[in-house]
Formats: sequence, C-alpha cells, structure tokens
Amino acid sequence: MAIQTENDVVTQARRDWMSLLAKAPEDRLLALWADYGAAPAFDWLRRPEIGAVMVRGRMGGTGAPFNLGEMTVTRCALTLADGTVGHGYVQGRGKPKAEVAALIDALMQTPEAGALRAAILDPLAGTMDAASTARAARAAATKVDFFTLVRGED
Amino acid sequence: MYVAVKGGERAIENAHAWLAEERRGDTAVAELSIAQIREQLALAVNRVMAEGSLYDPDLAALAIKQARGDLIEAIFLIRAYRTTLPRFGATRPVATGEMACDRRISATFKDAPGGQVLGPTFDYTHRLLDFKLAAEGEVAKAPTAAPRNEPTPHITAFLRGEDIIQREPDSEATPGDLTRTPMSYPAGRDIRLQSLARGDEGFLLGLAYSTQRGYARNHAFVGELRIGTVAVEMEIPELGFTIEIGEVELTECETVNQFAGSKTEPPQFTRGYGLVFGQTERKAIAMALVDRALRWRELGEDDLGAAAQDEEFVLSHSDNIQATGFLEHIKLPHYVDFQSELELVRKLRREAEANVAKQNAGNEDAGKEASQ
Amino acid sequence: MNVSENRAAHGAFGGGFADPAIESAFAFRTAMSVMAKPGEIRALDTAHPPAPLSSAAGTLLLTLCDPETGVFLAGACDTPEMRGWLAFHTGAPVVGADRAEFAVGRWADLVPLDHYRIGTPEYPDRSATLIVEVDTLEAAGATLRGPGIKDSATLSLPDPAAMAGNAMLFPLGLDFFLTCGGRIAALPRSTQISEG
Repeated sequence: MAIQTENDVVTQARRDWMSLLAKAPEDRLLALWADYGAAPAFDWLRRPEIGAVMVRGRMGGTGAPFNLGEMTVTRCALTLADGTVGHGYVQGRGKPKAEVAALIDALMQTPEAGALRAAILDPLAGTMDAASTARAARAAATKVDFFTLVRGED
Repeated sequence: MYVAVKGGERAIENAHAWLAEERRGDTAVAELSIAQIREQLALAVNRVMAEGSLYDPDLAALAIKQARGDLIEAIFLIRAYRTTLPRFGATRPVATGEMACDRRISATFKDAPGGQVLGPTFDYTHRLLDFKLAAEGEVAKAPTAAPRNEPTPHITAFLRGEDIIQREPDSEATPGDLTRTPMSYPAGRDIRLQSLARGDEGFLLGLAYSTQRGYARNHAFVGELRIGTVAVEMEIPELGFTIEIGEVELTECETVNQFAGSKTEPPQFTRGYGLVFGQTERKAIAMALVDRALRWRELGEDDLGAAAQDEEFVLSHSDNIQATGFLEHIKLPHYVDFQSELELVRKLRREAEANVAKQNAGNEDAGKEASQ
Repeated sequence: MNVSENRAAHGAFGGGFADPAIESAFAFRTAMSVMAKPGEIRALDTAHPPAPLSSAAGTLLLTLCDPETGVFLAGACDTPEMRGWLAFHTGAPVVGADRAEFAVGRWADLVPLDHYRIGTPEYPDRSATLIVEVDTLEAAGATLRGPGIKDSATLSLPDPAAMAGNAMLFPLGLDFFLTCGGRIAALPRSTQISEG
C-alpha cells in the first residue's frame, strides 16, 4: 500500500467535495446554500463561463480511448478576502451553481469547513445517494431469477 | 454557381412569425415546458444528445421544442450551439465497468455475475396501444428490491481469461477528433467509433440490418447490453488533480461474433462495440454491428463488397446533419444554375431537331431516289 | 482587492482577461493586423502574466492558446508560476520545441529554428508560431518587403539572417511575433528580409 502523505489526504478530500458539487442537482445546491446564509466577499479570478469537455470512452469498454461526444460544463474561479482560492467546475450551464461551488470550495479550505460539511455537503450527498439507491432498488426488482419463481431473500 | 440575390426579407420574416405561431399550436391547449419534454420524451432527448454530440438534457429538450419535434432539425440546433462553446479539455475515458446499471442483459450468458437486469424496457410489452395514457392519471410506484452496491463486471471479462475472445489492446494514445481534423481514409477505429456514436440512428439501423441479412454477415450475439450512469472524470490543469465533473447516462453494447480465424488471427470470438449517450439501445446495438463489419481489414477478413464494410461509404453518409444540409440545399434558389441548364437543353433540342429534320430530308431524298 | 493585487497574491490565477470574450477579440484583431502588415507596431497590453513574460506576449498566449495547442516555454520563461498561469487561463499543455504550436521566449533561448515544425506541403499551417521577447522594438533596422507592405518597411529584428533563411522555406516555415513590454509586431514567413 502506498504511503499517503498529508498532502494526498487533503487533495483527496478536495477532490471528493469538488466531485460532489459538480454532480449535484443545481436547485438543491442553491437551496442549501441559501439556507446556510453565508455571503462572503470575493473577487473573481475567472467569471463563470460555459464550455464543453470531450467525453471519451474505450474501445470494447477496456481498450484504447475514442471521443464519444461533448458535455456542457461551467467553470469559474474566485478568491476570498483572505486570499483563499476556490474553483468551480460543474456539469451543465448553471452559472449560479458554478459560483456557489467555487465559494464552497474556497470556504472548505478555511475553519468554516466543518459547519459547511454539516449544512451543505452531507445533506447534498444524502439526497444524491437516496436518488441513486432508489434507481438501483428499481433495477434490482427487474432482475431475472431463472431458478425460483419468487425471489425471497428478505 | 452561386449568385447573391436580394429580396424576400419581408416574406422570410413573415414566414418565421407564422412558424412561431404554428409551433405553439392551438393556444387553448397548454404549452409544453422544457421540463415536460426532458422528463416525458426522454428517449427523443437522448437521441438528440447522442447525434447532436452534446450531453445536456435541458438543451436537447429546448431544441426539440424549437424544432417542433423534428429530431434532425433539433440535432442541427445542438450541433450549431456546440460550435460556440470553448472546449475546456477532454475527460478520462469513462469506466463503463463501474456503471450504475439501470439495465444489464446478456444474450450469451444466462448466469452472468450481476444477473440479467431488465430495467425500464419496452421488451416484453405487447405493443398494444395503451388508451389509459390518453387520460391523465397517477402512475403506480415501481416495485423495489435490495439494491446491488458493487459494480457489475463486464461479461467479456469472463471470456478473456480463456483467451477465446479477442483482446482489446491497451493504449492511452490520444484519440483523433473528427470535429477538429478533416476525415482521411483509411480512418482509425477511434475515428470510426466517434463517427458512429454521432451517426444517424436510422442509417446505422439499416446498415446493421444489412449485415444480419447476409451483406458481410458476421453472426453477432449481444454479449452484453448495459444502460446506466457513469461518473465523468477530468484532470483540471490548474489544480493538477482529477475530479468528477459530472455524470452521464450511457448505453453500451458489446457484441460477440463468431470468427473462424484468418491468416493473422486464431479462431476465436471477435467483438463489436457500441457506446452512445443516453438510453439509446437500438442505436448502440446497430453501432456495434457496424463497428464489427468495418473491422474486416484488421481481422484479415475478405472484403465482400458489402456497404457496411465500406468505411468511406459508412462514415461519409452516417452524419444526418451533413446529409440533410446537402440534400435540403437543392430546394434553395438555383435560378442562375437552372437558367444555364435550360439554355443548354434548349440548344441541344434545337440541334437534335435540326438533325432529325436533316435525316428526314435525307430519307425523303433517298426515298425519292429509290422510287425513281 | 483589485486585479493587480490579485496578481501579487495569486500569480497563477490573476492577470487574466477581465472580460475574455471582448478582450480576446480585440487582442486577436491586433495580432491579425500586425501579422497582415509586417513591420507595423501596435499596443497589446491587456493581460499581466508572471515575470519575466511581457504583457504583450502574455496577452497573445491568452488569445491564441487552448487545451489543444502545445506551448514551448523557452529558457527563463519556463517557471512554475508561468506554467500555472498558462494552465489556469488557457489549459494549454507545455511541450517540447518539436511539438509546439507556439513557442515563447528570448531569441537566444528559442534558437535553433530547425527544432520547430515548419508544416508540410499539404498542410503548411501545421507549423509553429514563435513569440520572441525583444528588448527593443522599433521601425528601424532590417528592410521588409512582401505581402501587406506598401513598397518597404523597416523593423528591428533579433536575427535578420536566420529570419531571412526562414522566409526561403515559403510556403513552409515559421511565423514570428515580436513582443516588447506592451507592444507587438509580426513577421510572417511571406516577408522578404534584407539587412538595412
């Protein structure tokens, strides 16, 4: 097992919250942010801009890469009054979503991190997990059982 | 020849105004919202995203509304929009083995780990019109069961152990991009797959069907078909690490094809591959069949002269926006071209008439001579 | 906090365009104009890259580069701050001279010219553009003739002989921007150079 440096742990934590914010449903994120009620002063390093990234697949699922098609992404970067830099990279064309993601990214690097995690990141992850679990549960109900007429493990 | 002609501005403006009114239809009927199209016409949205080559359900829904349901027109709108977007970069290749599957079936292995999961499929419906849908009503909640938490492995992974199925060569080479570099032939499989992924569903369906009917027959089984969502990862250059920038729904089809071997390859199963944005099952299967047919050269098979084997034919004609652009342009004013053609045909007719008259005169002379 | 303070605090993230669509369009117009009229010197100073890069060279990089254009940072230009700045604002990968679409640096660090791609007969455009940082940029020195120049023009060039040699390769060859502080001029491969 590779030895994890403190830096790796910090990077992994940041990756995780940025990934969560990127995939989050925009209305839910904005509602949680509004409830949190913070309005930190900041300056733009890069105003929100809408662009595309090329999504790649692999031949046969495991082979060499090929270009599948693009998806929309919105990004921005800002700096808080204390100089902390926050980046927002989010799916779709939501400029407010990118702005809130960048603000949360910045604040998560400050002592506010714990409060933010409890007020925004954890509930957001809960919403998203519940949605994917609900789909997985419906999928599981359509699994074919060739051996018994009734599935009854529970 | 193209010659600029002025005029018609008012007619065009008025035509567009009428188009807007017709698009809205009877105002006594409620207007469609983008959310309604996105949620309730999801498969049309998926097709527009796949062939428009841009994953954004809300934009695709807007395009469908603007195009009055003409999906090729909607795809045209999406293609035009995507050219205005700056490109931030490219993602890591998606890990379809990690897909959260809504559906996952195999026609070759009944007892594949992960099982046969039907998902929200039209299969096994009786294709009888359901008049209950004509009336509004609540939909019953679909049943649930204990969800699977671990990823569902690819079925071809089990065959790989036996070496009985062709391996996909590992590579991290940067793939070609047909939206950036003009096509040249022969194209690599990377370019072929990109082209097929955005190609017209109907065209690929027809080609794939032709391979099943015997034109470059390649005995395909659906080794695996899966539909679900995968996370999309991208390295952020200014951060120096990778984050998930989103999640896309994909349909993936792997065919397993009988292969007797060639001079260069032992007898084994070969593979065709289809990967398409959204829940787009017919397109993904068709893509896999056509991909396999196009691989004849690298597998050392014979060129049977079938359309589906002809890379230039397939790739040059699969793009419905290129096709409709060229097809529909012939309805636009060609007054000057046609005027010159008209003059040419009139001249040819005059010459032909003169020739006939001359011949007739000659025949009459000959007749007179004979009767004399 | 204003942009210049940001630049001090965030070398990699500050100093970009405040309004990318408008500012890059103006900068592109300037770059196109000087390339179309070799010898003409114009102001170009919207962006503020990390030292030692000039404002003109930085503005040009932000205008012309994206994730699909490889950039060679020659000599003293290749600093961690510069790499970070380029990555944040353009996403352009830093590459070696032989793979570069753009190369930036001082003349002594950029040469020899045969390291760069000069295009192919089918695609003469698949060649590198060099952004040469110079200490003086004035309408004096070598005599320029050719497309975009009425009669002749003069321009201070870092190495007229090498640039004249490049022009001999036409239609292949390299194109040059010359940058000095907030000013820019250009020398396309189509320009004939004689020592003035």
